[in-house]
Amino acid sequence: MLKIENLHAGVEDKSILKGINLEVKPGEVHAIMGPNGSGKSTLSSVIAGKEEYEVSEGNIVFEGEDIEELAAEERAHKGIFLSFQYPVEIPGVSVTNFVKTAINETRKAKGLEDMPAKDMLKLIREKSDLLEIDRKFLSRSLNEGFSGGEKKRNEIFQMAMLEPKLAILDETDSGLDIDALRIVANGVNKLKSKDNAVIVITHYQRLLDYIVPDFVHVLHNGKIVKSGTKELAHELEEKGYDWIKDEVNV
Amino acid sequence: MSKYTEDDLREELKTKEYEYGFYTDIESETFPNGLNEDIVKAISKKKEEPEWMTEWRLEAFRIWKDMEEPEWANVNYEKPDFQGISYYSAPNSKPKYDSIDEVDPELLATFDKLGISLDEQKKLAGVAMDVVVDSVSVATTFKETLAEQGIIFMSISEAIKEHPELVKKYIGTVVPQKDNFYAALNSAVFSDGSFCYIPKGVRCPMELSTYFRINQAGTGQFERTLVIADEGSYVSYLEGCTAPSRDENQLHAAVVELIALDDSEIKYSTVQNWFPGNAEGKGGVFNFVTKRGLCETNAKISWTQVETGSAVTWKYPSCVLKGNNSVGEFYSIAVTNNYQQADTGTKMIHLGKNTKSTIISKGISAGKSQNSYRGLVQINSRAENARNFSQCDSLLMGNECGAHTFPYIEAKNQTAQIEHEATTSKIGEDQIFYCNQRGIDTEKAIALIVNGFSKEVLNKLPMEFAVEAQKLLEISLEGSVG
Ligand SMILES: Nc1ncnc2c1ncn2[C@@H]1O[C@H](COP(=O)(O)OP(=O)(O)OP(=O)(O)O)[C@@H](O)[C@H]1O
Ligand SMILES: [Mg+2]
Repeated sequence: MLKIENLHAGVEDKSILKGINLEVKPGEVHAIMGPNGSGKSTLSSVIAGKEEYEVSEGNIVFEGEDIEELAAEERAHKGIFLSFQYPVEIPGVSVTNFVKTAINETRKAKGLEDMPAKDMLKLIREKSDLLEIDRKFLSRSLNEGFSGGEKKRNEIFQMAMLEPKLAILDETDSGLDIDALRIVANGVNKLKSKDNAVIVITHYQRLLDYIVPDFVHVLHNGKIVKSGTKELAHELEEKGYDWIKDEVNV
Repeated sequence: MSKYTEDDLREELKTKEYEYGFYTDIESETFPNGLNEDIVKAISKKKEEPEWMTEWRLEAFRIWKDMEEPEWANVNYEKPDFQGISYYSAPNSKPKYDSIDEVDPELLATFDKLGISLDEQKKLAGVAMDVVVDSVSVATTFKETLAEQGIIFMSISEAIKEHPELVKKYIGTVVPQKDNFYAALNSAVFSDGSFCYIPKGVRCPMELSTYFRINQAGTGQFERTLVIADEGSYVSYLEGCTAPSRDENQLHAAVVELIALDDSEIKYSTVQNWFPGNAEGKGGVFNFVTKRGLCETNAKISWTQVETGSAVTWKYPSCVLKGNNSVGEFYSIAVTNNYQQADTGTKMIHLGKNTKSTIISKGISAGKSQNSYRGLVQINSRAENARNFSQCDSLLMGNECGAHTFPYIEAKNQTAQIEHEATTSKIGEDQIFYCNQRGIDTEKAIALIVNGFSKEVLNKLPMEFAVEAQKLLEISLEGSVG
């Protein structure tokens, strides 16, 4: 589904990603961990097509197609979804209106008509129930005045609505209370199938107890320095990153 | 300047040709350029006006002659040559096209984007219509409904003839001839406009001019509107059109007067989309408008406006809160793009006790445009317990445009409560990327953000107008981000 080879990217004179290799197959869950500033969010932004970042080397292939030249919205139309670490506020635009626009723009790109209001309503009901979101919440301005946890839950609600092929969850667990974490993780698990894939970026083992990864990667200084199974996450939780940094430096 | 006789005029008219932009290729009767007492008299005569009206116009002309064009607005433009303009042109509308296929496809595409129905498109583009769907018959039906309730709604020219006592009593009472340069000019030469009277205790059953606005296009550059809501009545009035209006007349100087008698309410909504000039800033309309309403006891006036057009806009819909407990509201969205300049705002003059005013202004600037809000809140010494709330928000797109806020407050009564809030924000790259990531392209993302920003005002518009206005915002900002 996603194949990243020798990816180098950065801003102007600063290189941030320094040769990333990663392959994600349909049905898989990958976790990416790594210290602050190691480049996790940058990697997700580059996959999603944020223009701020310059790709200097390597390539990103999604479903057999090099997506380097595609605009962010075109990548989204192909089924790439990013749950933001810091979701952005859009004052005056309700969650419902935003999601509706996102769905219909994606449909338009595929040559489909707008989703009939009746179907839209049904979908919204179904997904907000899944994530235990109060209907009233959906009429509020997008992310404006949302608590940290509300923002994250709203990201997953959007994911549920858009049903992407590849979802990248950038620290979706941070800010969620214990109950919310369970609800959100359950939601993600229910949406999982053999045809889609998830990349979970997290600092904590806890989320991975719910969303069980097939692979865990450690990103350090713009490179994946270690990959393993879910046991690696436990090890990191116990020992921190120093031993890995030491390994790298040796 | 030599004098023109009627015959000279007629001769001149034969040789003049008009190109009315998008509108019908007018076979118009046009007066020679320039303005003097004879021209004013000729206009009045042409319209078969009574003598008092002619005198009133002449008085205005004499005042105007000695006035100077104002300099203080935050706009720069080449001053019109007032002697280089023709002050009378009677549109003689005849269909321009036999079928819609002949109309400029670009124009039709714009109409489609605005969601204007095919019938309306035909009317707007000047395509010959079937008798059945012709707006005239529709208009007649509604006129009858209104007449049953005693509502008078007609052109001001007709009203001068048919209801002289009402026109004479109220015209110039809110915007006197001497009010300002453009108002004086308008008073001398106004071409046409609307007149509306709602009798005591009557709630006007429809949004006035919803069904008429198409026909009103092309009422000319010096429009005059007079709306009178008698005691305890209510009316919602819509002005303008979201469809792009092109006009060869560079200068537009309209006057709108609203009179809200005791316990009445007037809602006045405007969508203005005059040609703003091309991307280089050439050729747009200059729009200098004087709009003011007078509130008697317990009366309420709300101005709601969406301004996207014109090269230069100078406009301050105002309320004189004369009666105790009267309420004035101003909700405005002003969009400027490319080289447009807008200086808009409002004046709330609190004279009565317990008077209340609300000002919500949303300015959106893109390109190299300049967008200024200028507002005056004046609390008179006798206005006990007056209250005002003002909120002015500016949204900037790019680094080359400007937003300016000039709030003036004059409070002569200590019991006044005045609140003013102002914010300036920029559409952030992060907001755009967030939208992009959800499959929304940049153009649509901007529209979404702008509509969100303007929501409080859009919500004040009558439903069907609001939908069009939203699309209009989208179109106005198209191509504003590279
Ligand atoms: N637009 C940018 N301009 C300059 N530096 C940037 C930019 N984006 C990211 N960086 C830098 O690149 C490095 C990686 O940042 P990134 O946000 O990808 O880290 P992260 O692994 O997601 O960290 P965290 O765990 O704290 O979220 C940091 O040093 C950051 O300051
Ligand atoms: Mg991060």
